[in-house]
Amino acid sequence: MEHSSLAGRIFRGVALSLILIFFMFPIVWIFLMSFQNNDQILRIPPRILFEPTLANYEALISGQLRTAAGNLQISFMRNLFNSVVLSSAAVLLALLLGVPAAYAFARFKFRLGETIAFTLLSFRFAPPLLVLLPLSLYYQELGLNDTYFGIVWVYQLIALPLILWIVRGYFEDISPDIEHAYRLAGHSWREAFTRIAVPLAGPGIAAAGLLSFIFCWNNFVFALILASADKQPVTVGALAFVTASGIQYGQIAAAIVLSVTPTLLLALYAQRYLVEGLSLGAVKG
Amino acid sequence: MDMLELRGIDKVYRSRGKPPVHAVRALDMAVEKGEIVALLGSSGCGKTSTLRMIAGFEDVSAGSIALGGRRIHELPPARRKVAMAFEGYSLYPPLTVRENIAFALKSAQLSRSEVTRRVEEIARLVEIEDILDGYPRAISGGQQQRVSLARALVRDADLYLLDEPMGQLEPQLRAVLRGRIKSLLAERGMTAIFVTHDQTEASALADRIAVMEGGVLQQFASEKELKGRPANLFVASFIGEPPMNLLDAEVTRSDGGFRLSVGTDMGFNIGGAGLDNAAAKALAGTPQVRIGIRPQKVAVGTGDVRVKVVSNQWLGDQSHVAGDCGGRMLIAVTPGRVAARPGDTIQFALEPHHLHIFGSDGSCIRHAEVS
Repeated sequence: MEHSSLAGRIFRGVALSLILIFFMFPIVWIFLMSFQNNDQILRIPPRILFEPTLANYEALISGQLRTAAGNLQISFMRNLFNSVVLSSAAVLLALLLGVPAAYAFARFKFRLGETIAFTLLSFRFAPPLLVLLPLSLYYQELGLNDTYFGIVWVYQLIALPLILWIVRGYFEDISPDIEHAYRLAGHSWREAFTRIAVPLAGPGIAAAGLLSFIFCWNNFVFALILASADKQPVTVGALAFVTASGIQYGQIAAAIVLSVTPTLLLALYAQRYLVEGLSLGAVKG
Repeated sequence: MDMLELRGIDKVYRSRGKPPVHAVRALDMAVEKGEIVALLGSSGCGKTSTLRMIAGFEDVSAGSIALGGRRIHELPPARRKVAMAFEGYSLYPPLTVRENIAFALKSAQLSRSEVTRRVEEIARLVEIEDILDGYPRAISGGQQQRVSLARALVRDADLYLLDEPMGQLEPQLRAVLRGRIKSLLAERGMTAIFVTHDQTEASALADRIAVMEGGVLQQFASEKELKGRPANLFVASFIGEPPMNLLDAEVTRSDGGFRLSVGTDMGFNIGGAGLDNAAAKALAGTPQVRIGIRPQKVAVGTGDVRVKVVSNQWLGDQSHVAGDCGGRMLIAVTPGRVAARPGDTIQFALEPHHLHIFGSDGSCIRHAEVS
């Protein structure tokens, strides 16, 4: 770094700024929009300076959407709560199932092992719409339609393969002899898994959990088809802002800010674990 | 008393789509209490597989393992009372060196001061006192290896398994540690098996050496026995530095004994006292044998074998002379300097009583007489 010329440094600074602006601008703009009313948002040319209003947030939190056509009930906070519950539960379940499975795939060779692992991965690249129709029929038969459990279950299609494949790689990076040494010192196989393998793969597990949380959070179609209003997450709930009297840009912006914040905070918080995860890759040597 | 007893051990690795690998075949071995045994062999000879079966990380495909009278081959590793130092060190990355070593003592339920005392004692022995508070990531490979060794030796176990325990160390340190570890093991009457491919290490540290090749135990004996009375052609050529000279010879009968002729240049009369009945019978039944003679037993400057010198190296305390005799290479080792240049013709003396004789199947027909 210190060897680069002045021109190089300037170029790098400019390039970084451009990239940053490119990616940050929409977020900043949404943030600003969330403090404006529809008139302010839609005026041309747009202005950076405006009189901020908290009306959008107020409407979201109180659940009263005031439009030109009258008052409208929305359940945004309920949706946000659903998102948190559904995503957390889905990731938790996927971790409970996926981490031991990943360990098994990493450590043991068994019949059809690779086939099973690949089948699980294929859930990830099959288009969701492909499975949705039969799934919704099944769900109706089984009574899983419009239940939290049903959605958490279908979210496993998103979270489980992700966790399985990421965590498997981390387990494979840990020398099995570390666990062997621990077992020889008088510990059972189970203890070696919980006390040695899982902590060593911890950063990887955290990263996989975080990623699958974000993917679950962002999911739209599963909940759209399989859940009704009171079980729907924010992604589906945002549809309510398209009203008979127009699109409520201000409220949409506020809703986006509120719904992005949890994942953003989580990602910022987990960032250091992700970095730690990279440096712990040096376990082997 | 036998501390460890391996009976008819077989190990077959099976993986789908590949032919099964027979890593260890019909291995029988008994190790006495307090004995230090080396498993010596080239890569892939089954020595590490054997070690891992004793530790319990590999199942035995057939056979049984008993340690201190307990049948252990069906027990989980935790209950075998075995300590092991791994070739890849396998230290716990989040723990300091001190914690890594103390960790092995955790299940022994010792007082804190006793743990500290033991850790420091073993750390002194392998010279890692100054890095006790470092982390495995921050220390060199040689240091990690010593930590791994310390972690195994600090424990109270019935058997200590050491996989290439000193492979990463510098030669000087290796020599020092060998001596210290040997006296530690002897002092405490610890039974140990270590894997190595280094003959010097095997003979310096071990009471007995098990030579393995192709998954088969070739011979299990002291170093002296391996050198003086190799059980077969493999052991004869594997043990010893430089390797034994081996020549093809034809067997003919001659007045009461046998004559072994190597081409037209060399011939040896064997018979009478130097040959017991079994050996005489074996020789009578085969037209072709292989004869071997240690380079140290080939005398230079006398005798009736004329060789053309190919190389002559003075190693500071001995000379290695390689000579060509009718297309066959002979190596001689003598304690003094030899005044000969490549291309010169000199004499080698090969005495019949120094010859090892092997049958065409590699088994030993007659050992050299111990002089």
